Amino acid sequence: MSIEVRDEGGRTRVHIRGRWTVAEVSENQPAERPAAARAVEFDVTGLEGLDVSGAWQLRQLEQGLVRDGGRAAWSPARPELLDFIDRTMHEEGEPPPPARTPVRGLAGVLHEVGETVVLAKEGALDLLGFVGAVTAGAGRIAGSARRLRMPSVVRHVYETGVTAVPIVSLIAFLIAVIVAYIGAQQLRKFGGEIFVVDLVTVSVLRELGVLLTAIIIAGRSGSAYAAEIGAMKLNDEVDALRAMGMDPVEVLVMPRILGLVIALPALTVVALLSWYLVDIPLGQYVERVQGSISEYTFWVGIIKAPVFAVLIALVGTLRGMQVRTSSRELGRLTTAAVVQSIFLVILADAVFAVIFMELDI
Amino acid sequence: MGAIIEIRGVVNRFGRQVVHDGLDADIRAGEVFGIVGGSGSGKSVLLRTMLGLQRPAAGSVRIEGEEVAGRPERELLAVKRRYGVMFQRGALFTSLTVQQNVELPVREHFRVPGGLLAELARLRLRMAGMPDDAAAKYPAQLSGGMTKRAALARALALDPAILFLDEPTSGLDPISAAEFDELVLDLQRGLGLTVVMITHDLDTIFRVCNRVGVIVDGKMISGTLEEIVANPHPWIQEYFHGERSRAMREQAVTNG
Repeated sequence: MSIEVRDEGGRTRVHIRGRWTVAEVSENQPAERPAAARAVEFDVTGLEGLDVSGAWQLRQLEQGLVRDGGRAAWSPARPELLDFIDRTMHEEGEPPPPARTPVRGLAGVLHEVGETVVLAKEGALDLLGFVGAVTAGAGRIAGSARRLRMPSVVRHVYETGVTAVPIVSLIAFLIAVIVAYIGAQQLRKFGGEIFVVDLVTVSVLRELGVLLTAIIIAGRSGSAYAAEIGAMKLNDEVDALRAMGMDPVEVLVMPRILGLVIALPALTVVALLSWYLVDIPLGQYVERVQGSISEYTFWVGIIKAPVFAVLIALVGTLRGMQVRTSSRELGRLTTAAVVQSIFLVILADAVFAVIFMELDI
Repeated sequence: MGAIIEIRGVVNRFGRQVVHDGLDADIRAGEVFGIVGGSGSGKSVLLRTMLGLQRPAAGSVRIEGEEVAGRPERELLAVKRRYGVMFQRGALFTSLTVQQNVELPVREHFRVPGGLLAELARLRLRMAGMPDDAAAKYPAQLSGGMTKRAALARALALDPAILFLDEPTSGLDPISAAEFDELVLDLQRGLGLTVVMITHDLDTIFRVCNRVGVIVDGKMISGTLEEIVANPHPWIQEYFHGERSRAMREQAVTNG
């Protein structure tokens, strides 16, 4: 026991023994308190180790006693650390501001709704402002080729496009295989197995090729954009650009958007090339493919790629630019970039589907 | 009296560039030891070597007799609890409040009841001269001086015996720097700390350091301030006898 209270002829003697350091804090904490007596002598002769944490606990003991109207004496002497803490705590300072109490009941719900609405408004304005800045930046670049930062664009085409070729073509191939097998099973019932080529060709060319590529790239490059720009924000690099008279939208955002607008359609073409199915003889296969596609089929798919690219790049760079203070924000916004760009890509795809249906393509 | 930190023959290399070439130093318990050196002389590398974060190519570093160099993380834990580090730019965790930053190491290593944990964190913040209302703030909301103080409070969280400070007064105005120096001295005396600081600030060196170690040519020349100032090495002469330092030394003499 590191503390022991003893009554010695009307005087209370508290023996403090052993180590009182941060390591023993919880053992020493529920320490037996001396009953409110008039005079208490703390005997620290048996004290083996004391640090600030332990000294704080001893001081708490002493203060509790004094509050109850007692007097404390120390034998052989009051440890110096306690005096040091006294000096530190001497200036009272302002009390910390009261913690915000959560609002309960109906008011709480309204509060929550209001906060969400305000946040949503701010988010919408942010997005609008960003789209405006990007449009203005695009206008400036269209006006002068010098503002188009070619090396940067090429770098992004390489990073988002060329390095993604293996994974994109592998996934496109596997999806085509899945569609073909499921399709073949169903078509066999009608004896129309050869139409599996039509099924795969049309679905991959029109929908799956571009959609899957966009989703992979949203996960791969959307997150990279957000994280890269976010880290630059945290490191004041974006402010440094501004201070040097460079527009971050022009330097950071536009090359990424352009890079992806070039890379995504190219990747989509790569994906479309990877769906040749080995089971069918090549001659028959090509013949069937040519029979199944109209002049529009390929273009209906590929036309969507640049739109998806703009969406992914916009969301990624916007979320990156929204990072302000902490590394936690960086993680949250990177996640948001991926989730939202995938959502927007699918939404845009649905819109395209409706448009094409109306156009009867 | 043995040294609390004993550095023997430390060699650090990066590729073909030799930063330390058999560096020796002794840091004694209870002193304030200043490490000085030109940019790129390997002050930060030396600090990282002492902390056990960087494995030297050769040589040994002993903290309280325990070998640090090249020991696995796990074995170093006991040594790491004996020192606190204040990094140059604070290195506060941006996703935690100031108070949580100070509580973190204690919470990680010891079982401390919540109320007491908060009290102890507040005490550390007080010791570092932080106003109480700053405890709930996030690091991004702090000024440069407050960031340093918060980082100091976190360095003190585990009641270290040794306090490492990496450029504690860089980026502070002279008045805040002087206040910070006073604070370090006050803590050093009150808690009986050994303080090792890297600094470029001549004011700080003259105000708080008992002994100084200068890194030149990959080695360390250490001694009391008077010995170092009298050292004939050209870099040291330039450093301590340039225009700036002359006025300062004269002032220090008249004051002291």
